[in-house]
Amino acid sequence: MTFSPELEKRFAEMAAKYPEGRQKACLIPMLMYAQDEVGHMTEELKEEVAKRLNISVLEVNEVVGYYTMMRKKRMGKTHLQICTNISCLLWDGDQLWERACQKLGIGHNEVTADGKISLEEVECIGACSWAPAIQVNYDFQHHVTPEQLDKLIDDLRNA
Amino acid sequence: MADPVTFTVNGKSLQAPAGTLVIDACKRAGIEIPAFCYYEGLALQAACRMCLVEVEKAPKLLASCTLPVAEGMVVQTESPVVVQARKAMLEFLLTNHPLDCPVCDKGGECELQDMSFRYGAGESRFTEMKQHVDEKQWSPVVYFDAPRCILCYRCVRICDEGLGVKALGVTNRGVYSEITPNKGDHLDCDECGACIDICPVGALTSGIYRYQTRPWEMEHIGAICSHCGDGCKTTLGVKNDEILRGNNRDRSGINGEFLCIKGRYAFDFVSHAERLQSPMIRVDGKLEEVSWSKALAFVAQRFGEIKAAGGRFGVIGGERSTNEENYYLQKFARVGLGTPHIDHRRSGDVPALLDALHGRQGALATVDDLYNAKGVLIIGADLAQQHPLLAFQTRADSRHHQAKVFTVTEGPVREDKVAAKKLRAGPAGQLAVVKTLGEDLKAAGELVVLFGDSIQGAAVGELVSFIDSLGVPAKYICLVDYSNSRGTCDMGLLPHLGPGYQAAAQTGMGQAEMLADPALDALWVVGANPLAGAALASQQAFVVVQDMFLTETAQRADVVLPSASAYEKTGTVTNTCGQVQRLRKAISVMGVKADLDIFGLLARGMRLDLGRAVPDQVFEEIRASVHGYNVPLPVIATGGAAMTDPVHGRIPVAGQAQVIQSARDTLFTSGSLTRYSKTLNLVLEAPGELYKP
Amino acid sequence: MYPSLLHETPHPDEQIVLGKRFRLPDSRRIDTYLASEGYQGFLKAAQMTPEQIIDEVKASNLRGRGGAGFPTGLKWSFVPRQSPKPKYIVVNGDESEPGTCKDRVLIQYDPHQLIEGILIAGRSVDAHRGWIYIRGEYRYLIDIMDEAIAEAYARGWLGKNIQGTGFDFELSTHTGAGAYECGEESALLESLEGKRGVPRIRPPFPAVSGAFQCPTILNNVETFAAVPSILRMGGQAWAALGIPKAGGTKLTCLTGHVNRMGVYELALGYPVRKMIEDIGGGIRGGKKLKAMIPGGSSCPILTGEEAWELNMDYDSMAKAKTMLGSGGVVLMDEDTDMVKAALRIIRFYQHESCGWCIPCREGTMWLKKLLTRLDEGVGTVKDIDLVGDLADNMLGRTFCPLGDAAAMPTMSIVRKFRHEFEAKLGRKTVSMAGLSQLVSITG
Repeated sequence: MTFSPELEKRFAEMAAKYPEGRQKACLIPMLMYAQDEVGHMTEELKEEVAKRLNISVLEVNEVVGYYTMMRKKRMGKTHLQICTNISCLLWDGDQLWERACQKLGIGHNEVTADGKISLEEVECIGACSWAPAIQVNYDFQHHVTPEQLDKLIDDLRNA
Repeated sequence: MADPVTFTVNGKSLQAPAGTLVIDACKRAGIEIPAFCYYEGLALQAACRMCLVEVEKAPKLLASCTLPVAEGMVVQTESPVVVQARKAMLEFLLTNHPLDCPVCDKGGECELQDMSFRYGAGESRFTEMKQHVDEKQWSPVVYFDAPRCILCYRCVRICDEGLGVKALGVTNRGVYSEITPNKGDHLDCDECGACIDICPVGALTSGIYRYQTRPWEMEHIGAICSHCGDGCKTTLGVKNDEILRGNNRDRSGINGEFLCIKGRYAFDFVSHAERLQSPMIRVDGKLEEVSWSKALAFVAQRFGEIKAAGGRFGVIGGERSTNEENYYLQKFARVGLGTPHIDHRRSGDVPALLDALHGRQGALATVDDLYNAKGVLIIGADLAQQHPLLAFQTRADSRHHQAKVFTVTEGPVREDKVAAKKLRAGPAGQLAVVKTLGEDLKAAGELVVLFGDSIQGAAVGELVSFIDSLGVPAKYICLVDYSNSRGTCDMGLLPHLGPGYQAAAQTGMGQAEMLADPALDALWVVGANPLAGAALASQQAFVVVQDMFLTETAQRADVVLPSASAYEKTGTVTNTCGQVQRLRKAISVMGVKADLDIFGLLARGMRLDLGRAVPDQVFEEIRASVHGYNVPLPVIATGGAAMTDPVHGRIPVAGQAQVIQSARDTLFTSGSLTRYSKTLNLVLEAPGELYKP
Repeated sequence: MYPSLLHETPHPDEQIVLGKRFRLPDSRRIDTYLASEGYQGFLKAAQMTPEQIIDEVKASNLRGRGGAGFPTGLKWSFVPRQSPKPKYIVVNGDESEPGTCKDRVLIQYDPHQLIEGILIAGRSVDAHRGWIYIRGEYRYLIDIMDEAIAEAYARGWLGKNIQGTGFDFELSTHTGAGAYECGEESALLESLEGKRGVPRIRPPFPAVSGAFQCPTILNNVETFAAVPSILRMGGQAWAALGIPKAGGTKLTCLTGHVNRMGVYELALGYPVRKMIEDIGGGIRGGKKLKAMIPGGSSCPILTGEEAWELNMDYDSMAKAKTMLGSGGVVLMDEDTDMVKAALRIIRFYQHESCGWCIPCREGTMWLKKLLTRLDEGVGTVKDIDLVGDLADNMLGRTFCPLGDAAAMPTMSIVRKFRHEFEAKLGRKTVSMAGLSQLVSITG
């Protein structure tokens, strides 16, 4: 399995950043950056990373199962993450979540039939002073109104 | 030992070496602190929080499993707050634990049941739904029921630290955390079942044993595993003359709780459908079942005739027969039949080692010595495959005592993982490679040297001289294949050596020569299968075979006498280290006889006076006459292992044509017995990547 | 291109020290940094002995800004400098405590300040390698940090023989992957080593055995970011910004029902009343303050009346039986449904419990199920008592502080707002079928 030249370059430089013999430290960064290209933690990806780091697939599975951002299945082209934790809740983040679910007809960690959008109700994303907040893939959107959310979803659907 | 520390538990002043954990110190003083995740010998976890204790001046309860004793420390293990905390932990644990005790295989032996009984609350306040996950089968042997799992991580640790396999891990997070096998949905491992036995609850269950009985309905009989030469004690669970399981949870025996797949499950050959349960005599070229009296009379008559005619007997003994049987057999051959042609299949050059060590005391290592050695040198053996207990001890030695391990083998072995140096060489080159390790071995300060069949004949003496030249104390283990390969040697089933390695009055033919001798008149094979890979040259030879199964050799026999397995008789066996242990009869199988009984009946039939063929009496004779076997009886009578010390003077070894070759069994094979173990075959049919036979 | 995190001008009451470059154009460029006293603290430290650096930090009364508030200088002094093992610096940028969003500001606007703080820490313990662990959700901040690190290397502020001082230092970012627990220092180290974010048995503490089992200084982003100004100003001058026993300024995140939410730099000891009324512009819609969480959702909650009279510092909050925590202030107005708030908080801790120990793993789930029922109006008085009991059974008994973090807010909300839980009892009657459906959703 090969990745883009940029990612291969990143991987090539990564090992030197950790002490000799402790290259397992690359595991989480490798999986996260590779996920950006592959989409989710495929068996092929897990095996490839295990092979490159000379660890067992079991060690990869232990880690993949633990971290929330490591996707166990294919998600939408755009992954919409809506925070409903306490600071966002106080600014009706829960209602944004309900609204997105109803509008898209999907729930937590589900994908629209066309594969364009997936939804995730996330825990605090560190945007508490700009609540309610959402993340569109890695991009933050602050002070999100129901109308802005509607428009975002419509734009993504029509994209 | 570190300076002792004085501290107080429940008002009682105690002492323990500095660094001792509170939970251990209390245990030694007879104060029980309950725990699930804490497990002696394995890495600390502090996960189950059952062992919380109150420590004066500490702001909160502390986990006694990670707390070293300190001078002046004041500990309470039964104060109201500690008692309440334990009750609360159990309440939390039981929230998601299916209370399916009535149908759970662990019922009666479950630590969670016991803890709830002793420390838990009588009622439950949990009224919510429980999480459910379906049960999974991970291998022919291992089943996993996730909801029952309390996540003590014992299985993960025993597999990684103990077995060096690391086939189990943890996936998911929080309340959804789950033990997971290395292949996603199944296991690729040693199938040793250690994870099942160590599981405190019914989360891991054995495909071999589950749902057959309640544990209290079984009798538990300590037997010695009849497979490899390590001599593990396996406690057999027996109900109605049927062995339902093998384990060693009480940590008795030289192996503690360790067992490999063979010790734990491969007792099942005893009930194989092809087990012989009636004597057979060849009539018109076909073996036909006859009565014992008829078969024995026929053999006695034919042996008598051949003896009277001055015929040539060949006698081949078995590596799983008891010392008593082997001793009696060689006596039968030498004295009763008057033949010097006695041998067995040899897998390690024990006589050469004993000769090289002549005049020394305590130069042979026990299983325990291996665990405590500062340095371990492994030559020409794949311990993890052929000697799983010795491999387990080596890993434990490395883990607990930071032992320096050196491997000199043909290919990679699992012990490489804990090795300070791993060197590769073919059998012929291994001694030369060992000699390059001089400085490393010297630095280790103390050695246990294990060697297989690559070091034999003059090379054994050369090895011992080389180790001597390093000036560090060393003990040796000559590796041999099966449960009594060592004892068979010690009892003199050799063409040139009698019991205790005394020169035989007359040197006879070895096994290969007997088979190749066209003039052989009779061949008597007991518990061996020499014709599996060789032909019998003599056409006229009268062949008598004592075996459990119709092996290749038995198929050539004129008379086949069905014999008892190691689990169906008493007697002693000697492991590869030279430790002698007693077999206890666990079950009776209809129609078979112990080999010793057969010998006695044949002797009587031939009117030979060879002494009574009763195990205890024969063993007395062995103790009196075989050098190094004068072991203390109480030790073996109570299930212990007594070290024999057969080293004395020079042993006449020169000039012998020797065939010494290990069968190179894997974890999943056991010579001719392999094919009769359903469990081994189940696993062999689904071969893993770790170890392909 | 990144969303702005600042009001156009700072509030006049703010004590701007860490944030002095936040509003400069191109504030994250190294040239901006160098033109504004950047790296001067490090150059000063390069002339000092390790003891002198640590003494300066001790003199500043700087306490860890991640939430626990442990004295920073003291923590650094625990590192065995004579150990033959390499020493490491690890930055905790796993900011995940609900209500907290200050490290984002520090990295987005002034990444070089963080690098400088790391260099000074490295100099103080003879460490030559560091990692900045940043939560995976903050990918854009990892990119910003990577750029800043590249700039620093290019300009000789990282790498070999930094600016001719003879001091070498290698630095890189390390991404997290979504786990609150990795904000706990020993779990973070496990994660850094490529494992599940499960805490380690302590002792040994990271100062003795940290990253890759070597002596390690591990502090929050804000703690490191404060160090350059301490060296520049002198520890005592820095300490004088705050109050006795708690030196300097603190980035405070105003969140919840307040008119002017935002991240503000306030001197320690700043009064809560002024923080809400002057800085935050009062409670939204002119309503009354019902409750306040002073420093992230794991702190015991304060009623409006309790909060009003307190100051924002460690001791003041400790006296009120809560904590200053991470600086994430959550304000709740009189209309807030406290049962819902308690449920949302426990849902978070249930989701983030690593599962290692029994009381946290099972306790958070049980509490979540209970609170879900209470919120739905299908609870009983006994259930309210049980919530308090279970939290009590978790408190102080878990493997790491996450269990406490879940128990403390839950206990305090039930105790202080019990009437709201009681008001919901029996509000709803459900059929058995309805009940089982309801309960299964909570799984």
